[in-house]
Amino acid sequence: MSKRVRVQYFALLREQRGLAQESLVTEAATAGDLYEELRARHGFTLPSEQLRAAVNDEFAPWTAPLSEGDVLVFLPPVAGG
Amino acid sequence: MFRISPEHIDPAALARELRDPAAGACATFEGWVRNRNDGRAVSTLEYETHAALAEKEGGRILEEARAKFSILKAVCAHRSGALAIGDLAVWVGVAAEHRDTAFEACRYIIDQTKLRVPIWKREHYADGTVDWVNPAERKAR
Repeated sequence: MSKRVRVQYFALLREQRGLAQESLVTEAATAGDLYEELRARHGFTLPSEQLRAAVNDEFAPWTAPLSEGDVLVFLPPVAGG
Repeated sequence: MFRISPEHIDPAALARELRDPAAGACATFEGWVRNRNDGRAVSTLEYETHAALAEKEGGRILEEARAKFSILKAVCAHRSGALAIGDLAVWVGVAAEHRDTAFEACRYIIDQTKLRVPIWKREHYADGTVDWVNPAERKAR
């Protein structure tokens, strides 16, 4: 089932995608599936093992199911402090 | 309170938030911008954050510290934006009845912040190159 979601990019992912955010339609069922779809399409160099996903402003597991209107963020390895 | 601060951090103002008549100890940590990282000379850096997620996760870390170490108050502020060498990047402060838990909680907060909070660092090097710091790569070396 296809859903329209919004994806926000930060840091290295934003540079590689060339956008801070986009709205797209996807058949992906989970956050992980969506990342793999985008990674294949845009050639992201970071594997999902190094990232975390967030859905609607909360951390989410890669198995989190996607719903219409969700806002996804794929977070590169953090480097604060 | 965990705050992302686009402006210079004011340590004195943050320390005032820790005041508590029951506190016999206050432990603070300051993270400063260093001129070298991983063998490379750094000229400046930038911090980018997902502010909403960072403040939520940072808030959780402070709550955990309060519960684990039975402290009275904890505050953390982390910069976003462009910083120069020597600038204050992150400030952690803890007030507790006694120094043991104050030191432990302070350490816990900065360690967890570095591990978990959605903040990214882009370093500008003296040789003109620019790189996002990737701790996942650094560990593998």
